[in-house]
Amino acid sequence: MKKLLKTNLDTLFQAIASRQTLYIPVEDAGKQAAFIPYAPGLVMSGALNTARSAKDLFFPQVESLVNFRMDGKHIEIVSAEAEAKPFVLFGVRACDARSFDILDRVFYDAEPQDTFYAHRRDLGTVVTLACGAPEETCFCTAFDIDPAEPAGDVSVWESGDFYLFRANTEKGEALLRDLPLEDASDGAADAAKDAIRKITDLLPLKDLDLTPFGAGKTQTFFDDPAWASLSESCVGCGTCTFVCPTCQCFDIRDFDGGKEIRRYRCWDSCMYSDFTQMSAGQPRPTQKERFRQRFMHKLVYYPDMHEGLFSCVGCGRCLQKCPIHMNIVKVIRTLGEETK
Amino acid sequence: MQGQIKEKAIALLRSGAADRVLGWKLGEFFYDLTPAVFRTPEEVERDFVFSVFSGPNLSKYLIEESKKEGRVAAFLKPCDSYSFVQLQKEHRIARENVYAVGVACDGMCDMKSIRAHGVKGVLSARQEGDRLLLETLYGPAEMAKRDALPERCLHCKSKKVVDFDEMMGENGTECPDCGRFDEVERLEALSAQERFDFWRGHFSRCIRCNACRNVCPACSCVKCVFDNPDSGVAQKAAASDFEENNFHIIRAYHVAGRCTDCGECSRVCPESIPLHLLNRKFIKDMNELYGAYQAGADFASRPPIMDFRQDDAEPSVIYARGGDRA
Amino acid sequence: MQVNEAFTPTIVAFCCNWCSYAGADLSGNNRLSYPANVKIIRIPCSCRLNPMFVLRAFQRGADGVILCGCHPGDCHYSTGNYYARRRMTLLFSMLDYLGIERERTRVEWVSAAEGAKFAQTMNEFVETVTALGENRRLEDFRCKVR
Repeated sequence: MKKLLKTNLDTLFQAIASRQTLYIPVEDAGKQAAFIPYAPGLVMSGALNTARSAKDLFFPQVESLVNFRMDGKHIEIVSAEAEAKPFVLFGVRACDARSFDILDRVFYDAEPQDTFYAHRRDLGTVVTLACGAPEETCFCTAFDIDPAEPAGDVSVWESGDFYLFRANTEKGEALLRDLPLEDASDGAADAAKDAIRKITDLLPLKDLDLTPFGAGKTQTFFDDPAWASLSESCVGCGTCTFVCPTCQCFDIRDFDGGKEIRRYRCWDSCMYSDFTQMSAGQPRPTQKERFRQRFMHKLVYYPDMHEGLFSCVGCGRCLQKCPIHMNIVKVIRTLGEETK
Repeated sequence: MQGQIKEKAIALLRSGAADRVLGWKLGEFFYDLTPAVFRTPEEVERDFVFSVFSGPNLSKYLIEESKKEGRVAAFLKPCDSYSFVQLQKEHRIARENVYAVGVACDGMCDMKSIRAHGVKGVLSARQEGDRLLLETLYGPAEMAKRDALPERCLHCKSKKVVDFDEMMGENGTECPDCGRFDEVERLEALSAQERFDFWRGHFSRCIRCNACRNVCPACSCVKCVFDNPDSGVAQKAAASDFEENNFHIIRAYHVAGRCTDCGECSRVCPESIPLHLLNRKFIKDMNELYGAYQAGADFASRPPIMDFRQDDAEPSVIYARGGDRA
Repeated sequence: MQVNEAFTPTIVAFCCNWCSYAGADLSGNNRLSYPANVKIIRIPCSCRLNPMFVLRAFQRGADGVILCGCHPGDCHYSTGNYYARRRMTLLFSMLDYLGIERERTRVEWVSAAEGAKFAQTMNEFVETVTALGENRRLEDFRCKVR
């Protein structure tokens, strides 16, 4: 384990940024945290989490795939994959760190591999930060995530006047190797971990019961009448899907710029009326079906295909951001209650 | 107030004056109330909540609810009632199917404001006079209720419920000195470059979740131009700076003259983009150029954008404005 | 402001079918000259101009957009240009508010008899926009040709 005086954090950032692009959470013009490339003068935000999730760095909202240049009858096909360089993502929380596992199973480990995503995953080093002050909306522990033991290539804890660093992977060790850090004892972070677990024991959503859900539960929940009342006031915006660290659906579209056609992919949202629209029509004609799709995907379909792993990490973003305060916790409570 | 409103809702259902009640449903926490339709007195008894966190505007739900069979009773705050009238003017709500109960409002608290105040892990809140007493994961906290209000309540344009069948509490009055255009004026006085940087800084965060559009009571088109795949504009991706500008200009423009300034757009924006400043710019311009007008304030007046006078100002008036030229 | 001599702006002129489009014709018939980079788009009435057309023009490479219609009171459909006047005033004001140079947008009333005014208006507008330079603030990088 290594340590660093808190007052020297900026020196550390400078050391990393001199070698690679370094993303840190910074307060933006909307007074919320966002991952922004470090530049001298930027200060790390004290917010628990960024407004948008950390998935943006690996799976951006909009990404060019290929361009078609038109010149008379000649069409030139040009790769549009942006040249990616090694980067460090600092300050990811335990929930978002788990989200990378969930996305990896879809984009990285599956066949065919998503090369755009995989490329960025290979180049990125994730430095996680243990949660000092969870919010009441946090429920990562329901998914067996320990905010005191965040995953990632390097884990960082705040303890007194110090930050404590532990490399978890080779990539993490390579990052820490030449940084201005001092040695620390292996148990140095124990006090910090205990303090975090004391708080997580108080979280109001810690007892969220997920046992009724998981693989093989499609028949149990698909025709549940509760979907109608749960989705009744959903306004059909894409907020929950776009702030979600695990939502992975995307659309591929063409933009005709006159001389050049750009094929790009962008996040899609199952909450939108044109999601999976086909020439034959819309398989999910009302908001009820769209709403059901989102939560069935997180709680049943994804576990079906990935050894029971839920595709929710309990970060609480949708709890904070939904315009009408409908969210996965209310769905879990309502449907879970009925099966008892 | 909570007790009286609940009693009223139950009485309306029992007497048959209403078949359904539109209100706010208890959530997981004390603040995450969801708009909901209640069908039985038991449901009301169990789940209905009216508190300083009943912020969501219910009027847009009346478009669909008033089309259904039977009568729906709706509890409308002053803001909601302006939208209610405006939607009636646009023939979107069948008034005869609605029983409107006006609810006096003294500002609705917002968790965004409370969190912005540095309070974390809030478990409960209690109002005592003009103070909010909070229990948090990290011990008790206290703040002025005013500090927990969102922008729209700090610059409330009117505390008057404009259309109701019955009023609960004493109806308020308009607040002409609310200062809601102050920020617009501040921006107008900046240079073009400064204004451009200000808006780029905000629009660049847009994730095109369309929450501002979908929650807006004035945005009631059956099919939005941005949902038309043939319109040539990206529906769900901020694919370029232009797309961001385009969406926000057109969104605000399409509700110009119909926007009641209820502030829902800014309340729901997950990226905290000050969308109300776009709507208010249009309102301010229309007031200055075509005479004072408040959408949803009455049934008779014509929206300025659907009206004209022969001696209207020419578009060239904007060249004579302050701020530098480019 | 520095004038870029080499820069030729692209101007989109939306012209009402009944007055200004005929005015443009007349200026041609009278052999009055105005720059060839003014692209005229004929619309049935000035109030046909959807605000999105203006934005779309800027997206697709326009450096300035001008709307020409019948003089107020002379609309072929009686009142179309009165509505257009309010709409464009509000739109241009909004563009100005967003920091987009206000001189890039303009409305001018040109009758079928005013060929000279049409040519003069276009010459002036091109000059103004040339001085402003390329439209950067409301461009779409995807439509720019390298």
